[in-house]
Amino acid sequence: MRTYVLRRLIIAIPSLLIASLIVFTLPRLIPGDVVQLMFEEKGYGKDLEEMRAKLGLNRPIPVQYVDWLGRVVRGDFGESLWTRQAVLDQVAQRLPVTLTLGFEALVVAVLIGVPIGIVAAVRQDGPLDFVARSAAILGLSIPAFVTSIVVILLPAIWWGWSPVTTFVRFSANPAAYALQFVLPALILGTASAAAIMRLTRGMLLEVLRQDYVRTAWAKGLRERAVVLKHSLKNAVIPVVTVLGLQVAQIAGGAVIVETIFGIPGMGQFLVESIIQRDYPVIQGINLLIVVIIVATNLLVDLTYAMLDPRIRY
Amino acid sequence: MAKAVEIPVREPIAPPLRVPNAAVRLGRLTLRKPLGAIGALIVVTLILLAAFADQIAPYPYDESIAGARMKAPSAQFWMGTDNLARDIWSRVVYGARISVTVGFATVALVTLLATAIGVTSAYVGGTVDIVVQRIVDAWMSFPALVIVLSLLAALGPGMLNLILALAILGAAGTSRVIRGATLATLQHPYVEAARALGSGHLRIIVRHVLPNVLATIIILATVALGTVILAESALSFLGFGVPPPYPSWGGMLSGSGRSFMYHAPWMALCPGAAISLAVFGFNMLGDALRDVLDPRLRGAGVRMRG
Repeated sequence: MRTYVLRRLIIAIPSLLIASLIVFTLPRLIPGDVVQLMFEEKGYGKDLEEMRAKLGLNRPIPVQYVDWLGRVVRGDFGESLWTRQAVLDQVAQRLPVTLTLGFEALVVAVLIGVPIGIVAAVRQDGPLDFVARSAAILGLSIPAFVTSIVVILLPAIWWGWSPVTTFVRFSANPAAYALQFVLPALILGTASAAAIMRLTRGMLLEVLRQDYVRTAWAKGLRERAVVLKHSLKNAVIPVVTVLGLQVAQIAGGAVIVETIFGIPGMGQFLVESIIQRDYPVIQGINLLIVVIIVATNLLVDLTYAMLDPRIRY
Repeated sequence: MAKAVEIPVREPIAPPLRVPNAAVRLGRLTLRKPLGAIGALIVVTLILLAAFADQIAPYPYDESIAGARMKAPSAQFWMGTDNLARDIWSRVVYGARISVTVGFATVALVTLLATAIGVTSAYVGGTVDIVVQRIVDAWMSFPALVIVLSLLAALGPGMLNLILALAILGAAGTSRVIRGATLATLQHPYVEAARALGSGHLRIIVRHVLPNVLATIIILATVALGTVILAESALSFLGFGVPPPYPSWGGMLSGSGRSFMYHAPWMALCPGAAISLAVFGFNMLGDALRDVLDPRLRGAGVRMRG
């Protein structure tokens, strides 16, 4: 087990290096120069070249990359070109917000997706299955920004009520802090719930056709025991993989939901930084997201071993 | 090389098969897969709207109609009018053009790229496979929207760039699935047999691998169409899509659609419904295709009740 974890970590290194290269080059391809932008908007400095030299942007890009990577390895993500605040400090303020949102969305996705998937598989081709599958496809089809707008709009038209959009800090009121994410998390989790429901149904259908399940029926076990105790464990393994993939999905969706609901998280931060061409911040956020996703995938693979005794590392 | 030896092949004896004509088969498929049929209907409608937008739309997409600012839906304006007094139904019809164009062009590009990468990586194998797959890993571990946003910011807005960005994004994940399908195909004895008979690499790929991977590719492409239309509208919503005044559904929902939505809800709801319906159609069609083309999951499982 330990050697497996080590091996996985070593394999992750080249992936992370390639990712860091993409993360570094991409924002630099954005047309429009940050120094130019600063000059126009804020009138910082008099001389563009002097400004560039001060920010270290006049050096060749490979040199900048190696320098940046060296610092990142030592835990220094640099500072924002605009606010001169350390990237890590800014991220530390916003990451918990997005993590709370993402976690609640994931909980929503599992709580809705798995039970409905089970029912749909057990009643395959029945009316319940039909409704569940149509609803799942509908859930996958309606984009988060449409749901958000409908959710904000319809209550406002019908009852003159609209969700509160002022953000409550955790330190101010922990209960209100957690509650304000429920609506966005429901919206964010719906698409993932649909994906999880479809997979749970598909996998359970395959397992229900296996010989040992027939044996379980033949022994006279009740449906509950056959489905929940015998079949579900084997069906749920690929669902765990998809859960890992959903983390990336939710991270992307958070960008939109945070923008609409005015939640000061990583997604909103990223959109702002792209507009401002704040290279260190864009790189820092992207790299952190990648690290989180790589870590999640490792965690997913390790969970395999716990769920499936046939898999040994 | 020696001349190929003629092996006498005995024709298999089978009762003559009566193949029902296409219309009958289509009818049966519709009865068996009603959701898929609805999906196909939506997709065909969408394509017709896009193709004949000039004939179908009652007004040009950018014409302000005098005295018709933010009118509620009526017999004259099916979906009402917007804050610039433009007919929303006409704009939705023209918006279908963007969705269809971006959707099909992107998916064509994705399929081409992904098939080339996936099949080659699996077929060549060894170090090439390992290196290519690590790059795919890195590419896939980015959140989709984040990567497209950065790419679009780099390329600048516009339809062509949108298609390029979405295609580059989609190709990685799709190529992974196609690689898997190719690997499975390469296990079969007939590939070995073809090699033993002296077939070249190209012949093996074109004659033996591709036809067997085709079902996977078709399913992936149909589902990808829905995903791409969804992504296009999300990007237009964030302001990175096709620039105004040309109407795209996502763009209609953001900006004025959102700021006037309390006074003229139809401005936001109509394009929102259009996006959802279009993606719903592609997803249902893809789902039905998967069931038809993947025979493993056909029919009911063993179920006994005491």
